[in-house]
Amino acid sequence: MDLKYVRTTCPYCGCGCELLLETVDGKIISTLPSKTNPMNQGKLCIKGWNVHEFVQSPERLTKPLLKKDGVLQEVSWNEALDFTASRLQEIKTKYGGDSMAFLTSAKCSNEENYLFQKLCRVGFGTNNIDHCARL
Amino acid sequence: MSRIQGMHVRQKLGSDVALLNGMMNVIVSKGLHDKAFVEERTEGFEKLEEALKNYPPEKVAEITGVSVEDIEKIAVLYASSEKSTILYAMGITQHSHGVDNVKSLANLAMLTGKIGKPSSGVNPLRGQNNVQGACDMGGLPNVYPAYQAVTDENNQKKFQDFWNAQLSSKVGLTIMEMMHGLEDGSIKGMMILGENPVGSDPDVRHVKHALQEAEFLAVIDIFLTDTAKLADVVFPGAAFAEKDGTFSNTERNVLRIRKAIDPPGDARPDWQVICDISTRFGLPMNYESPEKIFDEIAQVTPSYAGLSYERLESGGIPWPCPSKDHPGTPILHKERFTRGKGLFHAVEYRPPEELADEEFPILLTTGRFFPHYHTGTMTHNSPTLENEMSEGHIEMHPYDAKDLGISSGEDCRIISRRGEVVTKAIVTDVVEPGTIFMSFHFMEANANVLTNPALDPICKIPEYKVCAVRVEKIEAQASPELSAAASA
Repeated sequence: MDLKYVRTTCPYCGCGCELLLETVDGKIISTLPSKTNPMNQGKLCIKGWNVHEFVQSPERLTKPLLKKDGVLQEVSWNEALDFTASRLQEIKTKYGGDSMAFLTSAKCSNEENYLFQKLCRVGFGTNNIDHCARL
Repeated sequence: MSRIQGMHVRQKLGSDVALLNGMMNVIVSKGLHDKAFVEERTEGFEKLEEALKNYPPEKVAEITGVSVEDIEKIAVLYASSEKSTILYAMGITQHSHGVDNVKSLANLAMLTGKIGKPSSGVNPLRGQNNVQGACDMGGLPNVYPAYQAVTDENNQKKFQDFWNAQLSSKVGLTIMEMMHGLEDGSIKGMMILGENPVGSDPDVRHVKHALQEAEFLAVIDIFLTDTAKLADVVFPGAAFAEKDGTFSNTERNVLRIRKAIDPPGDARPDWQVICDISTRFGLPMNYESPEKIFDEIAQVTPSYAGLSYERLESGGIPWPCPSKDHPGTPILHKERFTRGKGLFHAVEYRPPEELADEEFPILLTTGRFFPHYHTGTMTHNSPTLENEMSEGHIEMHPYDAKDLGISSGEDCRIISRRGEVVTKAIVTDVVEPGTIFMSFHFMEANANVLTNPALDPICKIPEYKVCAVRVEKIEAQASPELSAAASA
C-alpha cells in the first residue's frame, strides 16, 4: 500500500485554506485540514472536507469531445486539436483576431491563466479576454 | 455573520451608499474623523464634506430603513474602535452602483484612518479561489499581467519585445460585451477555460442564445457543463489535485497547489491543453512544467518578480514581492497609497435600476448556500454536499408567505421581466418582508433566469443583488410533505 499526504490549496473560495490530500495507491481517500497553516489553522468548511469527492466523480470528462451531426462524440486528442487549430486559423484569416473572444478562469492556476491570455494576445492580437471576476 | 457580531443593521437592497454617507455624516459632525490622517494622507476632503451634508441620519433612515439610532451607533462604533476592518463580498459590488459602493467604503476607511495598519482596511472577500490570480495574470480586457494597462505605449512595447509579437493597444471586450458581440456577429469564435457562463451570467436565456450564435466554440473543462454542451469541441482538463501550479488568494498570498493523483482517462492538465492548442494553431508553446511558466510570469509581472516555487515551498507569500530578498507585503497602503494621496470621492446615492412596482412588487436578491458553490459544477458532483441540499429554493418572509397563501416547502412561481422559475419556498425571517433570496447553484431553479443584466457604468458588473419579481402560488398542489422538515 502506497500511502501519501500531499500538501495543497483548496479550490473553492478565495480564502486559500491549506489541505492535505490523503492518497492510497493513486486514489484520494480523504481530505484533512492543515493544522499549521495560518489561514485555516486546522479548520475546513463542509466543501473543503469533501473536496476529493468531485475530483473523483464518475462524471469527469476523460476524452476530448467533438460535435459531429449535432452530437458531441469522443475523439482522439489529435482529431480534436487538428479541428480546433484549423477553425481558429480560418476565423483569424477570414475575420481578423478581434473576432475571437476568450473567457479565462478564476478556477484555474496562475500559470494557466497566464498562458491563456498569452494565446489570446499574441496568437490573435486582441485583448478580448475576461473572466467571471464580476459574476 | 450577523449572529457573531455585536450589532447587525440591515439596509434596504441597494441603499448602501446612503447608509455609508449617513455614517460619515455622523462621524464628521461628531468630530470623530482622523484629522491628522485626512490632512497628511488624503485629498478631496472638502468635496466629500460638502456632499455628506445631504445625508443627515433622518434622511438616510428613510432611504435605508435603518433607524437614526442605529446609524449613529454603528458610525460611532466603527470610528472609535481601535481595530475596525471592512470585509465585503458581492453584496457590495454586484449593483449598478457597485463602484460607488466600493468608493464609499474607501471614503469611510480613509476618513477615520482605518487603513494601512493591522486589522483595518477595505477587504473584498473574493468568491473564487483564483479570481485574484486570474486578474493578476492579465485575464482582463484592459491590462497585461500585474495590471499594466494595454493602452500604455511603454507597456505595449515591453510585452511586444518580451513575447516577440505585435500586440493590440485597444481595450478588449468584457464578458457581457462578448455575448452581445456574438449576437450582433462581430464576435465569431470563443474559447472558454473552466467557466460556465450559461449558469453564472445574468439573463441565462440571452447567454445561451449568444453562445449558440458562435461559429466556433471550444471549452476546456473537467465536467460537461451546460456551457460545454453547446461547444463544437470540448477538451478534458485536470482538477486542482491532478496538477502543479499556484493560486493567489484574497489576501494576495501566492500559494502552491501540488499534484496528488493523475487526471482520469486521457484528460490532461489545462496548461498542457493550452500549449497543445496554441502549438497546433501556430504559436508554439513549449513549457516543461508549470514551474517554467511561473518563472516566465515572474519576469513580466513586477509584483511577482521575487517569487519562485522554491520560495513558496515554505508557505504563501503576499505580493507585491518585487525581488528575491523581499519578504512580501501583507499590508498595503502603509506609508502611501498607490497614487500618492488617497482621493476622496463625493458619491451620491442612486437607487437600483429596477425597483418594486405594482406588477413586480417583491425584490429578489441572490447569493450562495453553504453546501454549494457557484453554478454547482463541482458541488453537485460531491455526494456529501448534494445530500445536504439537492434542490433549489427561495427564502421568503412569513408575512409575504401569508399574503400569498404559500406554506413552507410548497412550490411557487417566480416571475421577472426576463423569465420565470418554479421552485420551493422556504418560509424564514432570515429575509426581510418584501424580499426573497435565491441562489444560482441549481440549473433547474436558477436565479439568473430572473436577474437584471443592468450593468455598473464603470466596471460593467451586473446588478445581481436587486431585481423586481412577482411570486405566485401554484394552485391545486398536493400538500407538501417537506414543509414540516423544511421549517424545522
